[in-house]
Amino acid sequence: MNEIVPAHNIGGYVPMIDGPEKVSGRAKYTADILQPGMLAGRIYRSPYSHGEIVEVDVSEALKVSGVRAIVTGADCDKPFGVLPIARSEYPLARERVRYRGEPVAAVAAVDDASAREALRRIKFKVRELPAYYTSKAALAPGAVQLHEKKPGNIERDVLFELGSLEKGFSEADLVREGTYNCAEVCQNQMEMHAAIAEYDTLRDRMTVHASTQVPYYVHLMLSQILGMEMSRIRVIKPHVGGGFGCRTETLAIELIAALLARKANATVRLVTTREETFITHRGRPETDIKLKIGMRKDGRITAVECDCDQRGGAHSGYGIVTILYSGSMLYAIYDLHNVKYVGKRVLTNTPPCGAFRGHGTVDIRFAFESLLDEMAGELGLDPFAVRRANLLTAPTFTDNDMMVNSYGLPECLDWVEQQSGWSKRIGNMPKGKGLGMACSHYISGASKPVNWTGEPHATVKIKLDFDGSIVVLSGAADIGQGSTTILAQTVAEVLGLDLARVRVVTGDSEVVPKDNGSYSSRVTFMVGNAALDAARNLKSVLVNAAARKLEARPEDIECLGELYRAGAQDKGATFDEVVTEALKDSGTITVTGNYSTIPESHGSKKYRGAAIGGTMGYSYSAQVVEVSVDEETGVVTVDKVWVAHDCGKALNRLTVEGQVQGSVWMGMGQAMSEEAAYHDGLMLTANMLDYRVPTIQDSPPIEVGIVESMDPHGPFGAKEAGEGSLAAFLPALTNAIADAIGIRFNDLPVTPDRVFEAIEKCKRTLEKTPKKNGGA
Amino acid sequence: MTRLLEFTLNGRDRADAVADNILLLDFLREKIGLTGTKTGCDGGECGACTVLIDDKPALSCLTIAATVAGKRVDTIESLGHDGQLSAVQRGFHEKLGSQCGYCTPGFIMASAGLLRKNPNPSEAEILDALGSNICRCTGYVKIIEAVQFAVALNAQGVAP
Repeated sequence: MNEIVPAHNIGGYVPMIDGPEKVSGRAKYTADILQPGMLAGRIYRSPYSHGEIVEVDVSEALKVSGVRAIVTGADCDKPFGVLPIARSEYPLARERVRYRGEPVAAVAAVDDASAREALRRIKFKVRELPAYYTSKAALAPGAVQLHEKKPGNIERDVLFELGSLEKGFSEADLVREGTYNCAEVCQNQMEMHAAIAEYDTLRDRMTVHASTQVPYYVHLMLSQILGMEMSRIRVIKPHVGGGFGCRTETLAIELIAALLARKANATVRLVTTREETFITHRGRPETDIKLKIGMRKDGRITAVECDCDQRGGAHSGYGIVTILYSGSMLYAIYDLHNVKYVGKRVLTNTPPCGAFRGHGTVDIRFAFESLLDEMAGELGLDPFAVRRANLLTAPTFTDNDMMVNSYGLPECLDWVEQQSGWSKRIGNMPKGKGLGMACSHYISGASKPVNWTGEPHATVKIKLDFDGSIVVLSGAADIGQGSTTILAQTVAEVLGLDLARVRVVTGDSEVVPKDNGSYSSRVTFMVGNAALDAARNLKSVLVNAAARKLEARPEDIECLGELYRAGAQDKGATFDEVVTEALKDSGTITVTGNYSTIPESHGSKKYRGAAIGGTMGYSYSAQVVEVSVDEETGVVTVDKVWVAHDCGKALNRLTVEGQVQGSVWMGMGQAMSEEAAYHDGLMLTANMLDYRVPTIQDSPPIEVGIVESMDPHGPFGAKEAGEGSLAAFLPALTNAIADAIGIRFNDLPVTPDRVFEAIEKCKRTLEKTPKKNGGA
Repeated sequence: MTRLLEFTLNGRDRADAVADNILLLDFLREKIGLTGTKTGCDGGECGACTVLIDDKPALSCLTIAATVAGKRVDTIESLGHDGQLSAVQRGFHEKLGSQCGYCTPGFIMASAGLLRKNPNPSEAEILDALGSNICRCTGYVKIIEAVQFAVALNAQGVAP
């Protein structure tokens, strides 16, 4: 007799279910959707950094044959923005332009050449205002305000002190302070921004294809900007070529495409250039940090004082959330008390920043782990020992009320320490070579979404009909991270069916349930739990049907995936037979699964904005980085990275590894070469040669250890895997460089120029090669 | 001005009227509708538009369509036979050399070009062949594994 067992779909190496489309060129991204008669859209952008708009004259542009519509700020007087409390941006500038590249007008024409010709004929006049390109300049007394309601050009300041700094520092044996600067960085995802808007003038309906991480937010903003009821709008998210956070808010591109389409009564495709994609920005702000830590001789941290300024750019975007994350996420990785945080989000005449992978946590973590390393060295402690002296014990709540239920950081530390051969090698590295380590963490979705409606946090539907295929309907936006695959695996696992039985439909507001979107690493946790709930509900329908058919009690029914039976001796009923029986009840079966976060996870009320950082589960990461430094040229080579990531439970080891490697590598780009540079507000690095992304030849082997702390609330125990490992790379790198050549870099990126200059400066001061840290 | 362009696209001869100044990339995507080849930058920065011209990887964004007269052009749509993925496609799918998938056609064509010329490349040769393609998702680790897996499949007789 054949042994019948349910199929298992969790915990293995599962290629993405939409992989075949991607490797065959059949996957359609927004710009790939071609329709006859589609118009080409182009945006006219401000050549000024700051000015009052005097005139936008499009009369000559309208004379270009082929032009079908032109829109300007006069076409829309409603602001947009991701945070309901901070909407300061118009799809097309009104009254003022605040950064170089801000959209001013847009053209729809029969072809791209006509659209470009029209742009050349637009006359734009402004009365120029002083422009500020650094936080310091914008904060200077007497600086002109960028926004009326933001005195001092401060978007938001944050201040909290939990515990007592005075007490904490008085208990310390060593107090040290460092200042750090991290350059602005861009996501630079491979797919340039794109939107296709189709206006149905007869029915007054708008359909927008958008390359977004947040189709629901795009839907909300389209409704607001167009003044159309939400029921008249449909948002479709095709395949999306990455996002890393820059698409976690509605961009002007989607809104402009829709304004053009309505005005032209047509379908408009708006695809930006790479340069425009850079200028649209929404990356990580340039950040200045002053950090002071008190430490006992045994490595225990007694107090932390952190000051953080972020150059936010010309509009709010996610800015308020970013500056809050930077403070709240000081916690939940180590056992900290007596913490003071002062944060300033500054408005400047540069493109608006946003929510880059590791949102708000990365630069702070760089500073923190750098100073820990420096202090460990001074106290003669091993960097691992300092981390171990400050571990949390889960379950616990931090001083800022963040809920930590699972905590795999100790195992992460053990894994990277062993795999890298740390204890034997540290202090014994050859000349010019070094090892560094650091830790980081991240949330598995913000417990409270920015648009709080009181609905469940996530909803998934499953449809099952006569054909026996399981169709999962979800609004979760797969942008390459593999969420579609995770949902299929989750549902297949509960039902004990082969993955091939499951199809996932996503990305069309007309069909799928609403989802908040792919950001803050929420999808596996929140939507995964909703999928789990939906699958269990479906299973219950099927078990009841099987019980009826087999004349048994439901509690006696055993589900083996393709077979349902009442005990081992029962011949049972096949899955298809059970489905047929179940359909007799209701016709087509649809079930719903929901997930809501628990109030304990909603974070603190101890200071204004303290809820930011609250999550159902934190991921943890530890890294060891090995480098070689060429002291003649300043070139740093990363020879190897060992990274351990606590993702609770790896639902798919293949995609967890891919996410962790991608995060580490993205951290490497920020640490070593990436920097958005400006001259008088003009982005100098708005291409992929000047914005230096590491190539395959610059990139190290990254060995991944998966730590499974089994979170009590995560689906099958899972937490996030896509962001938490980014931040630790930055300090692990600079700690490794300090180990190699005895020079500590507190400013990022650590380019060869900077390394060379520092080595030369060191030679001049010491008149000899600096001694290695703990040198051999 | 337009001219008649005769060339072989994905194994089939064809003749098209093309503008003198149209790029091969735009011709493939916008005129023929082969959108598997991707536009990732403003010209020559990222490798997403890589196709094979007479079996050699080339950037279709830096190639005037008219210059491929009499040549063989292969795009991502040409790979795979009898309903099966090619060795390189399988490598990128099964080893997760592709996440968001946007750079993938370029990487696959560059890898296919390498394997047509050199069926048993060393790791250094793989890095060299893919050095001008940018991927923002993977950190490249699994891309190298994907190509190495494709090399092994190719050795078993699966076409690259």
